[in-house]
Amino acid sequence: MSLAELLQYLVTGVTVGSVYGLVALGFTIIYNATGIINFAQGEFVVLGGLIFYSLYVAAHLPLVAALVLAVAAVALIGVLMERLTIRPLINSPVVTLIIITVGVSVLLRGAAKLIWGPEALPVPPFSGEHSLFVGSVAVHLQYLWVLGLTVLAVVGLRLFFDHTIVGKAMQACAINSEAAQLAGISVSRMVQGSFALSAALSALAGIVICPITLASYDGGALLALKGFCGTIIGGLGNGLGAVMGGVIIGILEKLGIGFAPQGYAGYQDAFAFVVLLLMLFIRPSGLFGRQRTEGI
Amino acid sequence: MMTGSVLLTLSGVNAYYGQLHVLKGVSLHVNEREIVALLGANGAGKTTTLRTICALLKPATGRITFAGKDIVGMRPEAVVRLGITQVPEGRQLFGPLSVRDNLLLGAYTRLCAGRKAEVLEDIERIFELFPILGERAGQRSGSLSGGEQQMLAIGRALMARPRLLILDEPCLGLAPLVARQIIHTISQLRSQGTTILLVEQNARAALSIADRGYVMETGKVVLEGSAEELLRNREVRRAYLGKDYEEV
Repeated sequence: MSLAELLQYLVTGVTVGSVYGLVALGFTIIYNATGIINFAQGEFVVLGGLIFYSLYVAAHLPLVAALVLAVAAVALIGVLMERLTIRPLINSPVVTLIIITVGVSVLLRGAAKLIWGPEALPVPPFSGEHSLFVGSVAVHLQYLWVLGLTVLAVVGLRLFFDHTIVGKAMQACAINSEAAQLAGISVSRMVQGSFALSAALSALAGIVICPITLASYDGGALLALKGFCGTIIGGLGNGLGAVMGGVIIGILEKLGIGFAPQGYAGYQDAFAFVVLLLMLFIRPSGLFGRQRTEGI
Repeated sequence: MMTGSVLLTLSGVNAYYGQLHVLKGVSLHVNEREIVALLGANGAGKTTTLRTICALLKPATGRITFAGKDIVGMRPEAVVRLGITQVPEGRQLFGPLSVRDNLLLGAYTRLCAGRKAEVLEDIERIFELFPILGERAGQRSGSLSGGEQQMLAIGRALMARPRLLILDEPCLGLAPLVARQIIHTISQLRSQGTTILLVEQNARAALSIADRGYVMETGKVVLEGSAEELLRNREVRRAYLGKDYEEV
């Protein structure tokens, strides 16, 4: 493999990886607030893409308006999910709640199929079919959108958690929910906020990636699983670790295609899971240690 | 010390952990500007009583009123807004967050109401009360020593500007000198107008600053009286002041 090829795979890997990273971050936020692994995370991604398709492609809304509205709509779905399915049972064992999220995931996927149909829907790239050439490496402009918005989201989230009182209160709930209650923080409101935030991030991931992958009702499961791999690699509960984990999965996946012998590139989806299994065998606490409440 | 009208009343409070009957008809009251000590052995129901007051545990039966208002069934954050804050057993700080952030979070409801300037003034006041916290403002609260953590836990509770401050074992695990300082601070807070309900294993220390006290045993209040009465009481001396009573 030439250096140019290697760089090309890296660029593609980092791009899809940052989408996995956003999904991983979504997992982390809900996990930190509730201890739940939300299996409907992938459906948030899918709904982001599909709602964006309706607004941007079908209704011809301007890009930014469609993007903001789609993110807001999915955040609202996240809030409703918490309100209707999690809050009534919040005192149940975590396993029960996780099973509920599996149910919600099936429900959302079915609803999406009814509304948008079974076909994958094409979304044009935000800035057309152009590429930027760095030497001989082509960087599609959509990749820049993905990377730019991911960085923006991560930085924005960091600022939110470190510099706003609501962000600090969300951290406080994750650290010690009873002490947070004694400080006058409404834990149920923070849990609701975490669902909104997590859904919004996943929706953003779904929106920026859909010009590359098409928007389809059933794309959620795989994206969610890869995002989850990112979460585990980064160390469950560690926000920045989760993003890094997602990026690592993306890079390994694309390099895997590059290095795989002819005819085996179709196994790219398996790489993430091989990495996940290795990680769980060798270092179950993740690459970035066991600092459950340190990160985002 | 002049004390005022009744601030907190519990009457006939029964509470359960699942099937376990932990509070069996607990009745007690705290007057304004009083320090009331709640004594008893481990498992007597002291902490549960405090959890019930702060709405972390809902009583099965019985009434709890604060400043004339029935507070049973309120959410914990609503109780905080009414003016009750608790320094929980074992400090329960937000360890990864800084000292300053812990204090800010203590004033969460006021910050959400947009009263930031007032909150920042209060933080300065806490730093006057506990200068060491001022020196460590940016430090991770989990890295403080036990005594400093207790000061921060008290400071965080004070940030809510409570009318009633509840402290659960504030001296547990502290060096005697530090414990004495904490006890001193508590009596100082009362003289500034805060009403205090104090749970403390060290009965002598608690009664040295308290006006009145209650003794709990297996979920019931078995004895009540003024601090002097309790200090003189033979049962209290035997059970809670222990053999080192002679050293006083």
